[in-house]
This record gives sequence, structure tokens and C-alpha cells, in this order.
Amino acid sequence: MYVAVKGGERAIENAHRLLADKRRGDRAVPEVTLDQISEQLGLAVDRVMSEGSLYDRELAALAIKQARGDLIEAIFLVRAFRATMPRFGASEPVDTGAMRVQRRVSSTFKDIPGGQILGPTFDYTHRLLDPALAEGFVPEAPATAEASTAPTPRVTDILGRDGLIESSPQAEDGASVGDLTREPLNFPADRDLRLQNLARGDEGFLLAMGYSTQRGYGRNHPFAGEIRFGEVEVEFSAEDVGFAVPLGSIELTECQMVNQFKGSATEAPCFTRGYGLAFGQSERKTMSMALVDRALRARELGEEALAPAQDEEFVMSHSDNVQATGFVEHLKLPHYVDFQSELGLLRKLRKEFTDAQAPDAMKEAAE
Amino acid sequence: MTTIAELPPGFADKVLSAQSTFRSVMDAMARPGSVQRIVPGAGTPDRMMRGTAAIALTLFDHDTPLWLDARMSESPDVVKWLKFHTGAPVVQDSSIASFALISDGGALPPLERFALGTSEYPDRSTTVIFQVDSLDAGRSFELRGPGIDGVAMLNAAIRPFDLFERLRVNEALFPRGTDVVLVADDAVVAIPRTTRIVSKGS
Amino acid sequence: MNAPAYNFAYLDEQTKRMIRRAILKAIAIPGYQVPFASREMPMPYGWGTGGVQVTAAILGPADVLKVIDQGSDDTTNAISIRKFFAKTAGVATTTATEDATVIQTRHRIPEATLHADQVLVYQVPIPEPLRFLEPRETETRRMHALAEYGLMHVKLYEDIARFGHIATAYAYPVKVNARYVMDPSPTPKFDNPKMDNCPALQLFGAGREKRIYAIPPYTKVVSLDFEDHPFEPYRFNAPCALCGAENSYLDEIVTDDKGGRMFVCSDTDYCESRQAAGHHGSLSAAPYKEKAQGGTNG
Repeated sequence: MYVAVKGGERAIENAHRLLADKRRGDRAVPEVTLDQISEQLGLAVDRVMSEGSLYDRELAALAIKQARGDLIEAIFLVRAFRATMPRFGASEPVDTGAMRVQRRVSSTFKDIPGGQILGPTFDYTHRLLDPALAEGFVPEAPATAEASTAPTPRVTDILGRDGLIESSPQAEDGASVGDLTREPLNFPADRDLRLQNLARGDEGFLLAMGYSTQRGYGRNHPFAGEIRFGEVEVEFSAEDVGFAVPLGSIELTECQMVNQFKGSATEAPCFTRGYGLAFGQSERKTMSMALVDRALRARELGEEALAPAQDEEFVMSHSDNVQATGFVEHLKLPHYVDFQSELGLLRKLRKEFTDAQAPDAMKEAAE
Repeated sequence: MTTIAELPPGFADKVLSAQSTFRSVMDAMARPGSVQRIVPGAGTPDRMMRGTAAIALTLFDHDTPLWLDARMSESPDVVKWLKFHTGAPVVQDSSIASFALISDGGALPPLERFALGTSEYPDRSTTVIFQVDSLDAGRSFELRGPGIDGVAMLNAAIRPFDLFERLRVNEALFPRGTDVVLVADDAVVAIPRTTRIVSKGS
Repeated sequence: MNAPAYNFAYLDEQTKRMIRRAILKAIAIPGYQVPFASREMPMPYGWGTGGVQVTAAILGPADVLKVIDQGSDDTTNAISIRKFFAKTAGVATTTATEDATVIQTRHRIPEATLHADQVLVYQVPIPEPLRFLEPRETETRRMHALAEYGLMHVKLYEDIARFGHIATAYAYPVKVNARYVMDPSPTPKFDNPKMDNCPALQLFGAGREKRIYAIPPYTKVVSLDFEDHPFEPYRFNAPCALCGAENSYLDEIVTDDKGGRMFVCSDTDYCESRQAAGHHGSLSAAPYKEKAQGGTNG
């Protein structure tokens, strides 16, 4: 005897209880703390802050714990929380030229004012699994030196002094900053909105898109002008206070790509820019972002836009992993009403097909 | 001059008053010609009606440029109250306004001076809110269009007296056009751009 | 740590104002998709975030909310959304179509005729009816602006050339108030006629795609077709096995692995109301009795 499905409510509650149990895992194993996540899985926290668009290490660590380490799920948790926050305004632009640099490399000049600083990096490590790390490893104290007081100007600014690279467009003072979380996106989109979209975009998606430009799908001849990581001050100008109030400092990674440009009828050949910026230490993300940013400037620079990475609607509509995962995973939801319609249609089409074949078959049999 | 402390208050219950006002306006827009009531929940500055004040608190904010007619804008209390409670920027250029408030319909500028939207984005148009004398007495109008089951009748005393004739341009402009909200005290009627109106005299 | 504190119906007031303004423009321009700054909701995109935002923007304490998915109040996502609003807005909920003032739905329009005091809120995955013919927003926007819908007719006509009839079974495009071609969301085309001249206001929310659109009450909604190939709603030709209804949309239930099938109403409230009123199908007795004893829900 058929009974219509009931009891969904209890099923949901039980599923959530089971999830909580699986999240905790074996109770004999100590529970992971937010500090442990923040300190020892710091790059995961950085990614969740970047793509979650919220600079809060503690909340990002909580999200990672709650999501059982699923970073896209953690990003989603942070975004949903962020969406309920009141918005007071936009900060002053941060000055990455004044960054307290922990790492800074340029692939375009052997030496640069302020020096190349390797800093904490996986680069040049041998990717050999290290059994010593499995437990109880106490690393050596890092080497230290007097903090340098030498300024570390951006490499692109050095190129800019000779006019070898396009000038970075300066927004007018007091010009409003686009925000795609407050205004629906329209196409074509300006670069501020494109960069915001890419900054929130999925690292894997941007990596693949950036990579595709290197392999010839919209090739733009990039050089890593500079990648820098360190702390910058954030300031906010409240309308009624009349001056900028410091809010604190945050860690950022910035990548400036220097790209070939052949010039046009009206412009002398010069280098062009691709820009990447992310919270925390996120080099793969910022480098990929800079490649894609440059690719998306095709229209503005009068280049033919034929490759996927140059296609603004394509890139911007598919870069967001929270949107993408929701829609891909919604296929889990029941679709039996529309499936039933398709079943009905398919049965009808098959019957019509068979009926149409039948006379031929009979005719053949007769012959 | 009134200080901010002396300004009439906004909604006592911001959340629920805004919700109930919105539902009245939504029902009005969905059923053109029907008279909806707004439950007053806020103070009213100077020459602003209770319904207008409630609609302003419900729909205006920093993101909605606001145009005021001369009679509204000459009242410092109205301007100050709107600025304090809604934060909506008051603009001189009516063609960029999200909303316009008209308290002297006799001095209404030509409708094409308001934003009419574009054919790609017809929603980017000014919603014009009129304070009128009456929405239950006056000339009779016959309304047809989406939201109306056949014909709706509206009795109203409106200035400019030829407002509905002027709104006929909506037919040719569609999907661009002007959406109108009429307020008389706590009564509200909406005339979206799809509504076709015939005057039946008084 | 910033402890989260949420507003009535979850959304903050600024967001509600923005959505409310979009709803008013949507009603004023029937069938036109109004862009809105859809927020990240605490449920995934594609799982009803657009419908949830529209519902949250209109819902008040006096409302009675019904949520259905596939016509049923008891599917897991319907339960999840209903609980969300019961928790964040404290509104009364119901499964009875007649008693609801706001009905949020995914993929169905209730069988019972809606009345003028109701708002039907649809969850929409892809609001653009032209999207699968032309993936670019810039292009489809231009086509709507010029009412240039030839491509859609070509697509439907290709079906006729190939199959002898239009081969679209759900999300069947309609024309609203003789102007905009609109996607009715993935409802079966069986439901299309219910949209025409409907006494209730119909609102559509697409969260991921950031669009809101509307059909005002008593508005002409026509399913696209051709004179020689008129629109035909599809329904499996059988009565409901539980309530005997001859005119409701049916779900096909696979009862065994030997080809056993049965057909029952997809609108569970409609089916149960009919059974309560004494209508019976071939298999109806047992399930309804269980419900009457109050023992099955949970």
C-alpha cells in the first residue's frame, strides 16, 4: 500500500545531528580549536577571508571548523554572515606602496630599491613529505635582522616614471566605488566591479582562466612585475568627522603583472597592467587574478576578445563559487514534477517515432 | 528653525510599520484604482500627509535620489525631516530622481522631465507621488489594465486636473513610462504605467 | 566574536527597501525582469534564495505562510524554508492553500483557485526565457527592449518541424500583457493556464541571477504557440490513485522493480482535502486514515 512521503522534518533534524557527530569525529581525539586553525591552517583562513569578502580571522576559522574543512562551504558561511552586516561606507584606498613588507619579489629586475625579500614561501622547498612534521616538531626560530627603513616603492611605479607602463588610472576624489553586493551587475562592467568580482572569485576558476591565457587563449605576455605581501593600514573617512580615522591593519597580497602592449594609432607602445589583490597571503590567487584582469581589459585596449578569459560576461558570471556550488548542487533537490513532464513528452515522442516506423516495417516485411 | 530633536518622529516600529505600509503600496500598485489604507505610525512634518510620510520612511534611503516640488522644498522642516529619517539625497535634476514628491499639482513640470527609464531598463524611472485632495470624492474615472478585473472606478479630486490625460503618453512609451502614487491623508491609490484611464465626468 | 543578531524575517531593512522598490517596478512593468542586488542568504543559491528574499520583503506578522516544493508541503526543502520563516518572522504557517496569504512555491501552482488576498511567490532558477537560445545578457536585454522574440518562435517552430508539435514540457514560455516573453519558472506547462487572469498577485524571485519579476492580478498571460499548433497542457491520462481527481497534475510513483506504477496528485494539500471531503481513488483508504489519526507527520 502506498503512503505519501511524510516525516521530512524529522529526517532533516536527524541528518543535522548526524552531521554534527561526524564533524566532531572520534571523541578520543582532541577537538581542534579556532586558534589552531587560525595559526596552523593560516592559508586556508586567508582564502576563506578573501573569497568570503570579510576580514575576520576568528570567524573564518569558525567557518572552516563548522564546514569540516570544506573551504567553499566555509566561504559560503562567511558570505551569508557578511550579507547581514550594516554597511557604513567604503574605506580610504589602502596604500600598498607603504606596506610593511614581509615578502616581495619581482621577476622583471634583478635588484630593486628596498631589495627582493623572499619571506615565508613554499617556493624552492622540495616537495617531499616530511615525517618529522607528523607530531611534536619544533621549528628553529627564524633568522632576524634589524627592520629596514629603506622605502620599497612599487616596481610598476619605477617603470611609470619613464612612461614605459601605462599610468594607473586614478579615481577622482570622492568618486563613488562600485559594489556588486549592493547593486546588481550590468554589462559591460567597469574595472572596479570586475576587480571586485575577481577578488571574490574562486581561486581554482581564476587559476584555470589565468592559465588558459598563458597557453594561448588570449595570450597577453605577462611578467610578474611584483608580488608583495605584508601589512597595510586601513583608514575610514567619516563624513561628519572630517578626517580619516585609522581602523587597524590587515595583511594583503598584491600582484602587479606587466604585460606587453603593441600600442595603437593614438598610443605609443608601452607596458600595460594586470592587477591582483587578496586578503592574507594568497599568491596563486592574486597572480591568477592579475592575468584575468589584464585579459578582461581587451575591449578597453582595443584588442580582439576571442578567448574565454577575455569574455567579461562569461568570466564574471561564473567566477563566484558560492553561486556556482549552489546551482550545481541544487540538482539534488526534487525535480520530479518537471521530470514527469519530460517523461510524458518522451513517451509521446517515442510512440510517434514507433508509429511512424511501423508502416515501413510492415512494408519491408511484405516485400 | 526646528532642531533635529524637535523634528517629528519616524516610525515608532521601524520594521513592522514599514512592512505594513509597503503591503498597502504593493496592493495599490497591483490593483490600480483600489483605495488602500496606510496605518499611520510616524510623525508628519509640516505640509506632508501621513500617507506620504509613511511611504517616504518605507521606500526612500541613500540609494534613492529624491526630487521635491517647489512647495515641498520650500519647507525646511520637510527637507530636514526627509534628510534625517531617510537619508535620501534631494536632487535638483528631476530626470535622475527615483522618487518625486508633489504637493502642488498645479505646478507639475512636464512628465518627460522625470526619468522614464530606457527600453533596456524601463525600471529606472521616477515614481511620482502626488498629495491630492481626495480619493473618495470628485471626478469619476474608469480604469482598465493589468491588476484590474475588467473595469475599476475611481473618484478623486486631483491636481493637475488633467493628470490622467497627461499619463496617456504611457501607452505609447511602454515599457518606459511614469508610475504614479496618489496620497490623500492615509489613503493611497497607485496608477502604474499600464493603466488606461477614461474620465467619466463628475 | 561578533555574535550574529538577525532582523524580523532575516533581511535587514535596507535590503528590504531595495527589494520592495524592485517589486513595485516589477508590478508596474508586467513580465519585465527587474535587476536587484540579491543578497547572500543562509541557504544555497539555487535552493530558493530569490523566492525567500521576495517573501522576506513582503511578509508581516499577520500573514499565514504556505511553502511548497513540487506541489508538496512535505518535501525537505519546503520544510526547511517554512521553518526558516517560522523562526525568523514568527509567522503562522499552514499547508492549506485556501488559508494562506503568502504561498512560496517551487515548480508548481496549487490546484485550488487562488484568491485576491493571496500572493504567490515563485522560486526561479533561470529567469531569462531566451537564455538557452542566447547566453549573453547584453543580447537578451536588447531582444526584450525591441520585443524581438523571433528566435523563440523559430525554436518552437523547429520542434514542430522535427516532432510535429512543440517539445517543451516545463518552463514553457509565456507572453505577459501582450509585451514581455517570460519564463514561468520550471512549472509543468499544465500549470500555465492558471497564470492567466489570476486573481492573486504573482511574484517571481531569482536570487543567483538577481532578478525579480511579476504578474499583476487579472493580467493576460498567453503560452506561446502557433495558430495551427495551439498550446496544449500535458497531463497523464488517469485519475489520482488516492483521491480520484481527474483534473490535477500527477506524480508518477514507481511501486516495484517490475514496472509497477501509480499516479497521485502532486499537490498534496489538494489531494488530502479531496480525500477528507470523501473522494476516493483506487488506493486511497489507508494513507488518509493514518493521517486522520494524526500519527504520520514526523
